Amino acid sequence: MLVIRTTHIFALFKINLNKIMARIPTNVSEMKPGDTGIIAGFTDEYLSVKLMEMGCLPGIPVRFNFTAPFGDPVCISVSGYELSLRLEEAATISIVN
Amino acid sequence: MTIPRRQKVALVGNPNSGKSSLFNQLTGLKQKIGNFPGVTVEKRSGLMTLRDGSMLEVIDLPGIYSIYPRSLDEQIVAEILLNHHAGTTPDKVVVIADATNLKRGLLLLSQIMDIGLPTILALNMMDLVAKAGLSYDIKTLSKQLGIPVVPINARMGIGLEELKKVMAGPVPSATAAVFKIWEESMPPIKELRSTLGVDNDYEAYQFLAQPRSLNFLSKKDKAIVDEIRSRYSFQPGKFQGAETIQRYGFIQDLLNKITLRQTDFSWKNYSRKIDRILTHKVWGYALFFGLLFLIFQAIFAWATLPMDIIDGLFAGLSTYLHNALPDGPLTSLLADGIVPGIGGIIIFVPQIAILFAFISILEESGYMARVVFLMDKLMRRFGLNGKSVVPLMSGVACAIPAIMATRTIDNWKERMITIFVTPLMSCSARLPVFTILIALIVPEEKVFGFFNLQGFALMGLYLLGFLAAIGSAWVMKQLVRVKERSFLIMELPTYRLPRWSNVGYTIIEKTKAFVFEAGKVIMAISIVLWVLASYGPGDKISNARENVLSESANLRLSEEGLEDRIAAYKLENSYAGVIGKALEPVIRPLGYDWKIGIALITSFAAREVFVGTMATIYSIGSADLENDNTIKNRMKQEVNPETGGPRFTPAVGFSLLIFYLFAMQCMSTLAVVYRETGGWKWPMLQLLYMTALAYVSAWAVYQIMS
Repeated sequence: MLVIRTTHIFALFKINLNKIMARIPTNVSEMKPGDTGIIAGFTDEYLSVKLMEMGCLPGIPVRFNFTAPFGDPVCISVSGYELSLRLEEAATISIVN
Repeated sequence: MTIPRRQKVALVGNPNSGKSSLFNQLTGLKQKIGNFPGVTVEKRSGLMTLRDGSMLEVIDLPGIYSIYPRSLDEQIVAEILLNHHAGTTPDKVVVIADATNLKRGLLLLSQIMDIGLPTILALNMMDLVAKAGLSYDIKTLSKQLGIPVVPINARMGIGLEELKKVMAGPVPSATAAVFKIWEESMPPIKELRSTLGVDNDYEAYQFLAQPRSLNFLSKKDKAIVDEIRSRYSFQPGKFQGAETIQRYGFIQDLLNKITLRQTDFSWKNYSRKIDRILTHKVWGYALFFGLLFLIFQAIFAWATLPMDIIDGLFAGLSTYLHNALPDGPLTSLLADGIVPGIGGIIIFVPQIAILFAFISILEESGYMARVVFLMDKLMRRFGLNGKSVVPLMSGVACAIPAIMATRTIDNWKERMITIFVTPLMSCSARLPVFTILIALIVPEEKVFGFFNLQGFALMGLYLLGFLAAIGSAWVMKQLVRVKERSFLIMELPTYRLPRWSNVGYTIIEKTKAFVFEAGKVIMAISIVLWVLASYGPGDKISNARENVLSESANLRLSEEGLEDRIAAYKLENSYAGVIGKALEPVIRPLGYDWKIGIALITSFAAREVFVGTMATIYSIGSADLENDNTIKNRMKQEVNPETGGPRFTPAVGFSLLIFYLFAMQCMSTLAVVYRETGGWKWPMLQLLYMTALAYVSAWAVYQIMS
């Protein structure tokens, strides 16, 4: 019970628990250079089609390479090549570690 | 006996798959650039000679990832591939795929096979496949797909003979469809096939799924498709994701069967190391701006010599025609209208060639994608896109190729804004105007010992143009409201050395496009201008000699001086002069008189005409035209009758500079914008906006300075 309540409070103040506790990225935009993960799915249907056409498929490993100087866009490796996308687009790709 | 129709083969493939290398290798210099009928996208096609001497027409289509289009380029490809039984329908399609990255290439291939066109797969970059330690069973691949597969290396020209042979021979249409169409979509497909006679199920499915790519259908047929779509409540785009997943399932199975050895991508490590520098927050920008500086330096310094030669040649030709042909309106039209008109186009060829040499090298090497990557965040704040950098850069040479370069921007709003603001970048046609006016009003002094004040003024104008472009983009970002989403999902290709023959082909292609596109308009306008400047109301023009003689009888002019005076008199009394005088009340607040008014009118077609017009108005003989100093000195001596002081005060000079910086004085640009946006709305808005901006700014400058 207690646990659920704390999460609610955190959510209320828009604090991302993952970030504070373990820093486990849940989507590509939260990854740090050098991180790897497996694509779990997409949160945006419109973009997902384009992303899949470009080789970002559920179950495929993804590596976060580097960001542009202002932190956006970012460069990832997926399906054997380098793909750049904006932070807001990277946020629509959910990952598991 | 009928002559067999020449076969058409279309090249289709992902961007960066080596498509243009292959096209150049197959066709050599037998290329031409035209337009697809009814659409605004360039069509690159060329002839390929077969061993038996017969020819094949090869069409190079823009690079795409999928036949579901997101940009204008992609939509064109979709329409050409879906429109069977038309003049543009290819007889065969060669899908070129990057063999080091086969998955994406096979996705496109599977879509094209399903449309039912005879398809050949060309596996490119086989050299890199070997380098990466990959290995494919090509025979199995061909058997599984049921189509011919040819391994090639387009850069080195390896495997092309085999590919040509396959292209010339009979290629069956793919039989088995990769994508199993959903059960619930079958009834509308069946009905569509029976009413419209569509060739196969997947093509019909595409008709239903892509309502925006059916511009080739007649209104009646389109209505039929729309009616069937709504009656079966078929939702376009709903199953697109599921379709892609189904296709990738097939592709993964296929790859498992044919991949003999898996790769590691460590051979690409050099590319990552380069990226560490080129996208660095300090070095990345430093290198990019250094490169920009080098390009501008090249455009302005290296192009001067060939431009001077071209200028001299056309001036010489004009004089020669005057001397060789009998006097008369036809000679005058040829020597004063047509020849300078053509010269006015050809003179920009060196700059355009140099600019596109650089752009093509940057694109070929893979660096251009990094520029987009570096600039996207900055550009987005102003309603632009990282991809707007290339058009804005090109705009410094000429707005025409720059506006054509916006086609890669997938977002409609960002593309329109880029097109709208690009002409504010100071193009090379403004340079002669800037040079003469700056020489007139800015003293040739050095500040801090080494900064040349005149150079400083010139740089300031370029900067001001850039700021105006960016500022206008920001304003438009606030005004234009569309729901369409902007995204930047773009491949960062592995760095490679550019292929010089490809660079050469690009230069030829772009220069040709410029000469013919801009050429048509500039030619027509220069003839109109010639008429306006050579004819006038009443008989003043025909009696010019007598009138000038009686006016200046006591001046004892030399023969040459008299001719110059007659020319000036003719211009004053021509239609152009009449319009200039009528314009005077409007331009007086800017500090201009009717003589400058004439220059403004002639500059409407092309701004660089300013210098020539000034020379004629101030009756400097055509013999002295080469010498800028003569015009400069004459303009310096011009007296403003109201003040008694010089006409070209710093206030007037700067007001003119600002006017020429902002005004839309280029008919060819308007024509290109019309073509690219498909209507008069945007070019007219642009004309109004830029004229207003120029007028208000020039007015403000004049009022503040005087």
